[in-house]
Parts: sequence; structure tokens; C-alpha cells
Amino acid sequence: MSQEHAPHIHITPLWIYIAVFLALAAGTLLTWYASTLELGALNTPVALLIATTKAILVILFFMHAIHSTRLTWVVIIGSFLWLGTLFVLTFADYLTRHWAIY
Amino acid sequence: MSDVTEHGHGHHPFLQHHFEDLGQQHEASTLAMWGFLATEILFFGGVLMAYWVYRISYPEAWALGAHQQNTMYGGLNTIVLIISSLTMALAVRNAQLGSSRGTVLMLILTLIFGSTFLGIKMIEYHMHYTEGLFPGTHWNPMLSEHARHVLTMHPELGPKLQLFMVFYWGMTGLHAVHMVIGAGLLIWMIWRAAKNHFGPEYYGPVEVMGLYWHFVDIVWIFLFPFLYLIPGAHT
Repeated sequence: MSQEHAPHIHITPLWIYIAVFLALAAGTLLTWYASTLELGALNTPVALLIATTKAILVILFFMHAIHSTRLTWVVIIGSFLWLGTLFVLTFADYLTRHWAIY
Repeated sequence: MSDVTEHGHGHHPFLQHHFEDLGQQHEASTLAMWGFLATEILFFGGVLMAYWVYRISYPEAWALGAHQQNTMYGGLNTIVLIISSLTMALAVRNAQLGSSRGTVLMLILTLIFGSTFLGIKMIEYHMHYTEGLFPGTHWNPMLSEHARHVLTMHPELGPKLQLFMVFYWGMTGLHAVHMVIGAGLLIWMIWRAAKNHFGPEYYGPVEVMGLYWHFVDIVWIFLFPFLYLIPGAHT
């Protein structure tokens, strides 16, 4: 490896950035609109679904995860697995302390 | 590269000696940034988890707390931050394409939108403060017309509303501190881009700075519905 190798560049087309931006803006309006509806127990899952979708779009396209190495993928997925562990174990405790309906 | 001779022994001036080549250096810094972001995800994740434990325990107080927020300011700030993420992504793209002027322009726009976000946030903070919604010795939610109306009927919600506001100030405050750090990094990157440091073969710092900026954007994407848009008995 005596030769200098430039980074393996993947230049995202402009239209993808614009499309992701428009999707994020639409998601913001949608999450506001959904919060004004009477969805009962569904309000929270809908808000979480929209926010998670927006986050995935940012990670994949703005943060270039879609073109990153497998090792980077392991770190990204691993960090969310740990976050999931934190939530699951904590709520396994808090949500099962009383016989109440949440 | 006219700079190559500058360093004296025939390689790119920004290639660190412990890396084989610029490609390896770029991958290493990207991976390391994601490693740092993993700790940030768990850092904010811990606070979010505590928020959910109390939200599930005190749903009425959380709905009352969200109703103290100005949704228009929160929504506007979400859009402002998304625009800043777009300009940040375009700054990286310009660096990849070798346009220093484009990179500088996009980084300056990112700084302007980031500062706009912080400005709007300060207006909100001022409103909450004058309405007695800062937890602690100055806590006096009766100054807020809507909170007074609800708390007169349900005085037991008072301490729980204060807890919500602890989360509100804590979470948005941590986020704002990250924005301020990001603004400092942006100024650094603007300076480097203006000095023609970046190009197709070397743009890692802009890319890594972008990863940080987009992460802070993602945090806000969750904070907006969690703090401003909780449905419930508002009347």
C-alpha cells in the first residue's frame, strides 16, 4: 500500500437530499396534525412511528449510513440494540409493578 | 495537489502518519465518530427513558405541561433545524465535489439556521420564565393563565407539572448545549474550508462534523413531539 488511496467517495445526487428534506418537513407537519386528532391510545405510537421514520431517513441519507462500511453498520445497529436493552429491561420492571392499565 | 511538497516528504498534508492512506484515515474517523455517537445515543436515551417512566406515571401532568408550550415556535424550530441539516449535508457534498466556496456558503447557512433555532429557543425560555415555569425557588405556575385555570381545579398536579418542566428544561437545555458546541465546530470548519483544506480526497472533518450536527437534529425530532405534542385533557 505505497500508493495513496483517496476515500471511496459516494456523492449523493442533489435530488435525494432535497427529497429527504421534503419528507422530513412533511413528517413534521404530519406529527403536528396527528397530535390534533383524537386517536386515543394510538396517538403515542403514531408520534413515535413518525419520529422514528424521520430519524431513519436522516441516518441513512444525511449521515450516509447507506454507503458506510459494514463495521460502521455494526456500531450503528449495536448502539440502538443497547438503547433497546435499556428500555426493555427498565419497562419490564416499571410496567409490571402494579396491576394497572397503562 | 500543490500542497504536497509543503509537508516535505511527499504525501497529502493532512494524512496522519499512522494511517496507510487517506481512505483508511477517512474510514477510521467516520467509525470513531459513530462510536462517540453511540455514547450520545445512550446519554440522551437515559434521559428519554426517565421521561417515559414519569410520563406513564403522570399522564395528566404531562399533557398539562405540553400545553404550556407554544407549538408554533416548536414546529417552526423543527423546520429550521431540518433546513440546517439539509445545508450541512450540502456542505459535505460541496467538499466532495471540491468546491471550497460552496462548502463555506453551506456551512455559513448552517450556522445561520442553527443560530436562528437557538434564538427562537431563547424567546421560548423567556416566556416560560416570566410565566413562573422555571422549577425551583422561582416556580410559580399560577402566573401562567392556562396552568392556573387547571391547577385551581386540580392542585395535586402542581408538583408533577414542575417535574415535567424539569424534564423540559433539562432535555431542551442539553440539546441547546449540543447546538452551541456544534456552532463552534461550524466556525472552525468554515475557517478550514475558506483556507482550501478540503477537497474530494480529504473532507473527513466536514463529514464527521455533519454526523454530529445530524445527530443533534435527530434528538430534536424526538423532543418536539415528546415535549410539545402530548394529547390529553387540555381544557
